[in-house]
Amino acid sequence: MVNNHVDDHQHPHQTAGQRDGVPSEYEIMSRAMQELLIDQGVMTADEVRATMEAFESDYPNRGAKVIARAWTDPAFKKFLLRDGKAAVASMGIDLETDQLVAVENTPEIHNVIVCTLCSCYPRHLLGQPPTWYKSDNYRKRVVVEPRPVLAEFGTQLSDDVTLRVHDSNADMRYVVIPMRPEGTQGWSEAQLEEIITRDAMVGVTLPTVLE
Amino acid sequence: MTGATSTYRPAPNRKFDVGDSVTVQIGYPAGHCRVPYYIRGKSGEIERICGAFPDPETRAYGEDGLPERILYRVRFSQTHVWPTYAGPQYDTIELEIYEHWLNQAEERAEGSEKSNGK
Repeated sequence: MVNNHVDDHQHPHQTAGQRDGVPSEYEIMSRAMQELLIDQGVMTADEVRATMEAFESDYPNRGAKVIARAWTDPAFKKFLLRDGKAAVASMGIDLETDQLVAVENTPEIHNVIVCTLCSCYPRHLLGQPPTWYKSDNYRKRVVVEPRPVLAEFGTQLSDDVTLRVHDSNADMRYVVIPMRPEGTQGWSEAQLEEIITRDAMVGVTLPTVLE
Repeated sequence: MTGATSTYRPAPNRKFDVGDSVTVQIGYPAGHCRVPYYIRGKSGEIERICGAFPDPETRAYGEDGLPERILYRVRFSQTHVWPTYAGPQYDTIELEIYEHWLNQAEERAEGSEKSNGK
């Protein structure tokens, strides 16, 4: 419904699912588009709500399942490295329009992900990106001085490790396969999932085993 | 099982192959483009061929993005991209660049890495 009415509050067409405050131009465009699509019967308000819910509840758990499988099944890890989207699809995870490149940490190579142009992120695998991933500070600095930035996350890389920064600047989305830590021999996939964190899959931290 | 189906998007008639040395063009076209300023004019090596995708530069303006453009991942040496880079000379930065932004490199990029590790 397109209304031109002026009323006594400043937030035109704001709904409970949207954040407070004066919306930006892009938020207004996105809200207008949402209203039109609902109005035309293309989607429903409940579908929008359910998708927002999935981004916060279901999707963030997917990445750890994929990495735990890669840690325990060498054939799956090869598949994941060769064709990320198809490999996760074989676990029933639909990345929708996203392509996926998995990059593997080894004793010789460490990988870290950024999107310098905006905030491209494997949302269907890891949920919504953390605030720091979208910050100017991270996006500008991790390409120029990645080692000091990693140190700020508590990750000290040895100088004999090659650091590869991946700028997610076009159509691919990325996930890091961290190294499986010592002391996890014989763990089940469910146990492993507990130590595979979002930040480790972006490459700013390493999975650790709490004593 | 959907997992049996490859999601690779064929890129026939491409100009470059894995390992080729390429230089990103320097250009400042108006509009939506996915090539960050910092990498324009820099040289690197094709790391993989991502496949063919609708061109985001025209798709952003309501067009269909056809013909599809071939997308590559290019690996650059950090010490080449940032002359003041303080880390080891084998550190890399890798980006996705569309074919129409790439030229064959005229000479080996200064400071370009020798492949380290795998």
